[in-house]
Amino acid sequence: MHKLLFAVMGCLAAMAQAAPYIPASGKQVVETVPRRGDSVQQDIRRLRSQLNAHPDDVTLAASLARRYIALARSETDPRYLGYAQAALQPWWQQPAPPSEVRLLRATVRQSTHQFSAALSDLRAVLAANPGNAQAWLTQATVQTVQGDYAGAKASCARVSTLSIDLAAITCLANVGAVTGKAATSEQLLDLTLARSPNAPAELKVWAWTLLAEMAQRRGDGAAAESRFRQALDMSPHDSYLQGAYADLLLDQGRAADVLKLLQGQERIDALLLRRALALQQAGQRQALQADIRELAARFDAAGQRGDTVHQREQARFELWLRRDVPAALALARKNWTVQKEPADLRIYLEAAAQARDAAAAKPAADWIAAHGTEDVTATRLLRQLKAGS
Amino acid sequence: MMLRRLLLMFMLCGALAPASAHKPSDSYLSLAVQGERLTGHWDIALRDLDYAIGLDQDGDGKLTWDEIRARHAAIAAYALERLQLADDNGACRIAPGEQLIDQHTDGAYSVLRFEASCAGPVRALTIGYRLFADLDPQHKGLLRLTHDGVTTTAIFDPAHAQQRLSLSAPDQLQQFSAYVRDGVWHIWIGYDHILFLLSLLLPAVLLAAPADNLRGAFIDVLKVVTAFTLAHSLTLTLASLSLISLPSRLVESAIAASVILAALNNLYPLFRGRRPVAAFGFGLIHGFGFASVLIDLGLPQGALLASLFGFNLGVEIGQLCIVAVFLPLAFLLRRTWFYRRLLSGGSLVIALVALVWFVERAFDVQAQWIGG
Repeated sequence: MHKLLFAVMGCLAAMAQAAPYIPASGKQVVETVPRRGDSVQQDIRRLRSQLNAHPDDVTLAASLARRYIALARSETDPRYLGYAQAALQPWWQQPAPPSEVRLLRATVRQSTHQFSAALSDLRAVLAANPGNAQAWLTQATVQTVQGDYAGAKASCARVSTLSIDLAAITCLANVGAVTGKAATSEQLLDLTLARSPNAPAELKVWAWTLLAEMAQRRGDGAAAESRFRQALDMSPHDSYLQGAYADLLLDQGRAADVLKLLQGQERIDALLLRRALALQQAGQRQALQADIRELAARFDAAGQRGDTVHQREQARFELWLRRDVPAALALARKNWTVQKEPADLRIYLEAAAQARDAAAAKPAADWIAAHGTEDVTATRLLRQLKAGS
Repeated sequence: MMLRRLLLMFMLCGALAPASAHKPSDSYLSLAVQGERLTGHWDIALRDLDYAIGLDQDGDGKLTWDEIRARHAAIAAYALERLQLADDNGACRIAPGEQLIDQHTDGAYSVLRFEASCAGPVRALTIGYRLFADLDPQHKGLLRLTHDGVTTTAIFDPAHAQQRLSLSAPDQLQQFSAYVRDGVWHIWIGYDHILFLLSLLLPAVLLAAPADNLRGAFIDVLKVVTAFTLAHSLTLTLASLSLISLPSRLVESAIAASVILAALNNLYPLFRGRRPVAAFGFGLIHGFGFASVLIDLGLPQGALLASLFGFNLGVEIGQLCIVAVFLPLAFLLRRTWFYRRLLSGGSLVIALVALVWFVERAFDVQAQWIGG
């Protein structure tokens, strides 16, 4: 019955969308775009016109691409990744472009989940220049996401010889936290962070976020919260951080705090998802239905263009908001073949537990056993699955 | 130097945060083909157009309808320059129409309407799509092409900028369901098949007498219908694949004769307890009748078995619908005077009608006053 309702609502939403109109007044604001006077936009426009005059200038192209990648990150807006790619267009199709272009290409590729293409670019960059700390770090992160922990550790080890302690330790702790060394990794990272007051802010935010997630996974909600708050104080608009903190609050049943935290962030799918989950928790049914419709339309739009980068979020959407357990399990399973972060593990186990299908969760259970993953939620879900079968 | 490198480093790893986003750039292109004419509407994000050709005249970040309207000619020129439509005889001429506004998940879009005329009726359309290819290589054009009620979709990006869409090759699923529909339709308008089936089923609810319940009647009906289905599926398949063939005059006459016999059986028991056997025997003949329809429709070489199966499935669905309506009604009415009259009187009428068909078909004469 619910599915039918959703289908009907989906059709209505589609119909509502399929009605082009002419605005009632010429003064009506139809859309907002980046302001021309904005200093970031001015800088970028200047770089763009310089590059137009010298389209073969690699250094210029790379610096424009870096600006766009930074914007893509700070605004959580993938259009800027396309603009970055456009800046690198003369070299993009080359099998072996200049190193700085190749590193940027790897960054754009991993952002669109083309992990193996990104890794082959990174390997080539590092073969040519083994002293490139950023390339080692990016490679370690991609390897960790893919679950190649041995490779990631080796990459982090290279970072330690090339960069400051906090970079290398954060890199290593990120791997240690999911390979049976959660406690020592957390202690070491905590200590290193305390001893690195002059480290760059971005790195400190990363370390605080990681520490918060580690505390959350061992069930210490209070420590997790204070660390998330530390990170947010330094970087209040970081959408990954907001999402991770919102998840902690959702676990603690603090819907009102989630709604406050995510105010005005509904353009970002992952944050809209958390808002909808909070509305569900708070029992605000009308607002919840509107968010579910919007999320369904967004996932549908991504599906139309053939994107699969949202499978983790989409699985949560299907599982908790649409209550379509088989669809959620299928998505979580597919997502698991692509990425293996704690959040991917959790949604996989949650979907399997809701489906009461221990066999479906076997790859995740085997993974936990093989790598000694420590995560109170994962442990609880595994117990639930064992008891249910 | 170290610090700058570090900054870049963390910016890069930061970009690895889950790709949860506003949305990458897409446009939505809809084309409807009718003969040599095409009508289209093309939804392009205002934000992308602003980035490409500048719409925000006062630079305040707020796009008003006046600002957009003033740039309509520029939008149409910019977009249509980057879209080529051609049939096999050459390029089609595109003429822009009015522009409206529509909302998509990531904001407001300009809806550009246009018409295109090609040299002749379009059988295959070649589409060249280069919108924003230079500004945003991750942009995609999402096409919906409709032709004769069939919708085709395609995704354009710089690596797939030119695609040829053949309009004659129908979608397989669509084709299959068309054959299912034809099968259903054929049994519903094929009075001779319906009358044959009903004649055999009329006594079913009375023969259930010993137990006198719906289950008994249902089992009897099931036997008759299954026998009929097995038989006609067999000959339908063999005849459609041209493995056996019978002259159509013989087939049609035999079908009429089968109806006469099935009806007479209700007045004077001919088959006695062997109605399923009779259903099977005459079913073989009816299968040839179905096959002639299917041969007239034409079986596509590429999807021979699928179409055959689809048509057969349609016949069974149509038949089951008739049974599903008949059985509960007949069961409810079985003890009424009306039903006894129907069994005798109705069967007599059916036999008479079928006799007329038989005479028409066997001796090739036309009786204008009755259908068949």
